[in-house]
Amino acid sequence: MTKANTEPLVLGIESSCDETGIGIVRGSTLLTNTVASSMEEHVRFGGVIPEIASRAHLDAFIPALKQALDEAGVTLDEVDAIAVTAGPGLAGALMVGVSAAKALAVATGKPLYGINHLVAHVGVGLLDDCGIEGHSADFLDGLPREGLGALLVSGGHTEILAVRDITGDVELLGATLDDAAGEAYDKVARLLGLPYPGGPAIDKAAREGDGSVFAFPRGLSTRKFMGAAEEPGPHRYDFSFSGLKTAVARVVEGFEARGEEVPVADVAASFQEAVVDVITKKAMLACTERGIKTLLLGGGVAANSRLRELTAQRCAEHGIKLVIPQLSLCTDNGAMVAALGARLVVEGRKPSGSDFTADSSLPVTTISV
Amino acid sequence: MLFLALDSSATASVALGRIEGDQLTLLAHRATEDTRSHAEVMSPFVAEVLAEAGVSGGDLDAVLTGTGPGPFTGLRAGIVTARALAVTWDLPLYGMMSLTALAEAAHSAARDAGQQRFLVASDARRREVYSAVYELTETGYSLVQGPTVGPAAEAPALPAYGFGTSLYPQDLDAQPGFESMQPGASHLLRAAARLGADALSADTSALYLRESDAKVPAVRKKSGS
Repeated sequence: MTKANTEPLVLGIESSCDETGIGIVRGSTLLTNTVASSMEEHVRFGGVIPEIASRAHLDAFIPALKQALDEAGVTLDEVDAIAVTAGPGLAGALMVGVSAAKALAVATGKPLYGINHLVAHVGVGLLDDCGIEGHSADFLDGLPREGLGALLVSGGHTEILAVRDITGDVELLGATLDDAAGEAYDKVARLLGLPYPGGPAIDKAAREGDGSVFAFPRGLSTRKFMGAAEEPGPHRYDFSFSGLKTAVARVVEGFEARGEEVPVADVAASFQEAVVDVITKKAMLACTERGIKTLLLGGGVAANSRLRELTAQRCAEHGIKLVIPQLSLCTDNGAMVAALGARLVVEGRKPSGSDFTADSSLPVTTISV
Repeated sequence: MLFLALDSSATASVALGRIEGDQLTLLAHRATEDTRSHAEVMSPFVAEVLAEAGVSGGDLDAVLTGTGPGPFTGLRAGIVTARALAVTWDLPLYGMMSLTALAEAAHSAARDAGQQRFLVASDARRREVYSAVYELTETGYSLVQGPTVGPAAEAPALPAYGFGTSLYPQDLDAQPGFESMQPGASHLLRAAARLGADALSADTSALYLRESDAKVPAVRKKSGS
């Protein structure tokens, strides 16, 4: 086998939300992970504005590409393949990365892989030394053929995946029916007068508070939705955060109506406890009932201290091995796209060609288009 | 000089041509009729025109992109394609306001009709047009107003050319034969030949002409206060 087959040099492009990411890997070795974020431009809106994100991608793409090639010390000629996020994500944002990737592929004659953003989040696990302290990443060298799952929690996603074959067989076990967890954080932060993005702000405020003061609802947790292990209900592994957000609003409004000061820290802690409890509880159910022995925690909310803590605690209780990639690899980035692209090349998967379309709702079962 | 031109301000189009002096020899050309498939077709079109002309990227001398105005998502697809091609092939990259293509297509007809000034208009969606006013010069035409975006009824009352006129015939003085004319890469190449490579702009910033629709949310009103 040539080196291009076993350790391909792959350029990965990510533009599904507000981060323009270019990553370059050689096999499982990360060479560079360049990310330009338009987050600051969205702060005053309290959430990601798709058109603003898309404009930023256009401005950021070429500088990020040049920087990445520079940092990796490689040229486009040397690259063996190009990979790009084809979906899911914001349509207008995806199309900047997809258009650019196609142009690079046509101009260099290199194969192009249009890949699934969610599976790419799991794909970072393929990189050497991807993990954080205390959370071994040793499954990477021999990515388990069996029993791999992922819990993805971010501003755009809240999903539980069963990854039977990262290049061929991924199943969506559960997902949010309404807001993503990170979105709920942003909305609740706004209710509490905390800054955007809400995740870090609430995490910080919650440290000073008591999470047991308010009993906020855990969405889709009743028997009607959950069913039982042998006879699962319609939403056993699914999430809903809109009712939780409304419950927080009622509490905040109650204090305000009585002219009392809102106990921000306790509300933040109780909200965070509700989110993290329901996410980890359902993830553990999915793991134990679907034979998942190794769980990868990904997405921007993986930075949340309480989510990490409770996931680690519950994984330990259930004998599940937990992998948490470094934060720069948890948030949206091009390295994960390159990592999954490299694995697709190694396994001889067919490239996507250059006439595919970006798909804002690409199902997780479509690993490469 | 061998030029590759792209425009995605309305339809998606790619053209390959040789510019010698102010003469253009068009070698290959592709265009869509629809205005919503830019991200799918731009790069395949590039590959097709190069193959048809038997030319490789390394043979090119420059890349030219239309910079709009045009609907945002499609416009970006073309511009980022042009930028990525130019970087990969290490070629000079030029940008040209896309309505120039309509002026290039229309100016002879305007001259024949004795019109000193004329308007060009493309579809800006949302019941508006992108438009610009041109004036004939001795050898060609020059931009005197625009580009702007707005309702067709507010555009200057001048003989009007381009697809935008067919959308608002009650508001624009549509000139026959141009009702379906969209800005396109081959007319951009002709305009580039007329201007000369030395006069081309290296600015490829997208001409959006509109801000994003996002509104900064109002401060949350407190209950009971």
